[in-house]
Amino acid sequence: MSRITLDHIAHSYLPSPKTEADFALKEVHQVWEDGSAYALLGPSGCGKTTLLNIISGLITPSHGRVVFGERDVTLLPTEARNIAQVFQFPVIYDTMTVAENLAFPLKNRKVPQAEIDRRVAETIEMLGLGPMARRKARGLTADQKQKISLGRGLVRSDVNAILFDEPLTVIDPHMKWQLRSQLKQLHRRYGFTMVYVTHDQTEALTFADKVVVMYAGEVVQVGTPAELFERPKHTFVGYFIGSPGMNVLPAEVAGDRAVVGGHAVALGQHYRPQPGRTEIGVRPEFVRLDDGAGSLPISVRSVEDIGRYRILRGAIGPHELNAVLPEGRAIPASPRVVFDPARVNVYRDAHLVEAEA
Amino acid sequence: MTATTYSGTANNLSRAGIRVATAGSGRRRLKRLVPVAYILFLLLPVYWLVSLSLKSNQEILSSFTLWPQNPTLTNFRVIFNDPAWYETYINSMTYVFLNMVISVTIALPAAYAFSRYRFLGDKHLFFWLLTNRMAPPAVFVLPFFQLYSAFGLIDTHIAVAIAHCLFNVPLAVWILEGFMSGVPKEIDETAYIDGYSFPRFFVKIFMPMIASGIGVAAFFCFMFSWVELLIARTLTVTAAKPIAAAMTRTSSATGLDYGVLAAAGVLTIIPGALVIWFVRNYIAKGFALGRV
Amino acid sequence: MEKTWNNKAWFMVLPVLLLVAFSAVIPLMTVVNYSVQDTFGNNEFFWAGTEWFEEVLSSSRFHDALLRTIAFSAIILAIEIPLGILIALTMPRKGWGVPVCLVLMSLPLLIPWNVVGTIWQLFGRTDIGLLGRMLTGLGIDYNYGRNPFDAWATIIVMDVWHWTSLVVLLCYAGLVSIPEAYYQAAKIDGASRWSVFRFIELPKMNRVLQIAILLRFMDSFMIYTEPFVVTGGGPGSATTFLSIDLVKTAVGQFDLGPAAAMSIIYFMIILLLSWVFFTVTTQAGEDRS
Repeated sequence: MSRITLDHIAHSYLPSPKTEADFALKEVHQVWEDGSAYALLGPSGCGKTTLLNIISGLITPSHGRVVFGERDVTLLPTEARNIAQVFQFPVIYDTMTVAENLAFPLKNRKVPQAEIDRRVAETIEMLGLGPMARRKARGLTADQKQKISLGRGLVRSDVNAILFDEPLTVIDPHMKWQLRSQLKQLHRRYGFTMVYVTHDQTEALTFADKVVVMYAGEVVQVGTPAELFERPKHTFVGYFIGSPGMNVLPAEVAGDRAVVGGHAVALGQHYRPQPGRTEIGVRPEFVRLDDGAGSLPISVRSVEDIGRYRILRGAIGPHELNAVLPEGRAIPASPRVVFDPARVNVYRDAHLVEAEA
Repeated sequence: MTATTYSGTANNLSRAGIRVATAGSGRRRLKRLVPVAYILFLLLPVYWLVSLSLKSNQEILSSFTLWPQNPTLTNFRVIFNDPAWYETYINSMTYVFLNMVISVTIALPAAYAFSRYRFLGDKHLFFWLLTNRMAPPAVFVLPFFQLYSAFGLIDTHIAVAIAHCLFNVPLAVWILEGFMSGVPKEIDETAYIDGYSFPRFFVKIFMPMIASGIGVAAFFCFMFSWVELLIARTLTVTAAKPIAAAMTRTSSATGLDYGVLAAAGVLTIIPGALVIWFVRNYIAKGFALGRV
Repeated sequence: MEKTWNNKAWFMVLPVLLLVAFSAVIPLMTVVNYSVQDTFGNNEFFWAGTEWFEEVLSSSRFHDALLRTIAFSAIILAIEIPLGILIALTMPRKGWGVPVCLVLMSLPLLIPWNVVGTIWQLFGRTDIGLLGRMLTGLGIDYNYGRNPFDAWATIIVMDVWHWTSLVVLLCYAGLVSIPEAYYQAAKIDGASRWSVFRFIELPKMNRVLQIAILLRFMDSFMIYTEPFVVTGGGPGSATTFLSIDLVKTAVGQFDLGPAAAMSIIYFMIILLLSWVFFTVTTQAGEDRS
């Protein structure tokens, strides 16, 4: 396993890109640590598959270098990169048994038979495929097939990274959770470098050490699940992660006050006046019902009772505002809310603004 | 993104170039050679036929030339001026078209029944239908002649059209059943709940949904009816004689008129070529169903 | 799909049933009828029992024709199936080459069968044919009308010309349905070109190949028109296949009894061989799963 360095990578599918809009993937500069699990998260068309294909060698980036460990692999074809990949739809060799499937990559690399047998047995044990090792692979269920795809990567000792391209798409919902936690366990025990592409935030947040959120061809934030939740660096991250997403309200910011639709909102820190479009972002979890000073009037559209808590969907003026409220307290006819000042983030042109020291 | 990153373009392009050159372009060229050689092999005899059709009979017999020295349309003129020739052309078209219509029309409800219902003897019936595709036409030549004579249908278009149904109806049922099975049954049920009668549902909703299947079935009916000759020739004398059969006449009647023979051959290739051209985007799709 | 039991569906199948019964059952009954009777003209028939069957089955003429037909089918399958696979593998998968290949390759399939014969008859002639002229020019004593080997070679090349495209189109359809991820996975696993073919492409073509083999077997076993136009069954009876022999007996000599018996035996052989092939391949398919 090795560290993956994406050295100023950018890619355009056009032969001679002129403007930034021509790039399917705008400049990415990342160093991914050896043995960590990374999730590439974003809506479809955000460039996450392009980035994965650049790592796997299917696409040569128009700019920049891909480095595995110390080795520049930018120009190497897929087969020379020593990576493993699990695809969206299970790819297995129908006519072979499970064990033969796992032995296939080693046989192709002329590994001695004794070594093959040992490693295959190990991998079968690792994945819990023991009972079906001698069965033909084609009769198995989708999740077992995905395990075989994974196993064909795990069986090799020289793998730099294991790539996952939305691997749970065709798995039954109840098996999804099981497979994901098994994957997580394997990762903890054996420490592979993993790159996992998904558009499902739950998958990304539960699986990865670091989540790479992408939006419109750009990496907008790399962080731990907690960082993404507490300090979204981009309003898109705030909106995309969390359910419901972060409330984003246009505001004028000056000092430790923001003005939203004529109402003052307290900020936890002090900000310089910002040029351009300014907004404040606050998670629904940090919105409270309160009639006190500095509260804002909201109109209620609906209340969803989830069981453990309630989601109030409402608006301040024309802007949508959601709040997560505890059970057991009546919602008044014309409620007012306050935000937790420490949890209010300030954005300029959709990007997070740091407070003054 | 900063301007500096764009400056690497030239560098990047040359890198990509190296990769293309090293990735076995020789093998790729060799790979292209196979289909090209095959197509040349297919076209050479056809070229020869076209070339003969444009030569005068005298040129054909007196000198051996790779292409017509004095290209002439005389041979085609002979065909188009002689009703005995061009009527056979119309005959062929007529019974092929009739067969297509009959085959697809009666295959539609049957295919629907096979794709939607289970009924007494359904599997045996389906298999029995398919065995007809395995019957050698030669076996049917004599009994067909006697049967259609008994009904006074010899030398009519409808006789050939119905005889060809023997091969085409099973085929059409098979193809259509495949397409229909791909349409979820819920569609039918929803339509009935919405108050559609069966015939109206079938024509207004169901048939448009399997339009490509109907096209594929019609294509294959055309194909087999157009190319078949043994039965078509047996059942016709003059009034419904197919063009293909008329060709056997040239050698005896006009003393080996190769030019006209070749011209007639060229004319029989054209309808098929036209049909292929129109369905070219569906060919692979039709075959992909594995239902041919 | 879950199908409902409904015997009224018979009404939908009825038109097909009637038509096919008219076209197949009545003629076949006629054939069976002739096969067990003898006639001296005047529409008088006498019960002949299995006499005609015995005669046909013991005649060396029938044996020879049957052997020729089997040999022909075997050669055709041995050439067209591998060749068709090879061409399908090398065909372009995208771009302008695809429709060009599909259209040009389908062309022979839509030429009337006797015209196929005519094309090759003209093409192979030593006086006015390109092929015949070329071979003679190379110093090869080629004459499909006189030399049995040349006649066979011509007919086989003609059939390859006529029908290989069917195998190509079927295999191609099977190949294009393989998702790109399979090829990527094979690359990652370091598979050779041969392994990709053996473990990905061939298994995915399994079904279409079965259809291709069955169709090519049936049609080559029934072939009549094309070789008849080219050689008329000759030289001598070198290319007299079962169907040609049958038509000669029935229409040429009007020997109804033997012809009918032969028809039934012929049909039975095709059904039997197709059934054996079908059972063997589906069984093999089940073993693999």
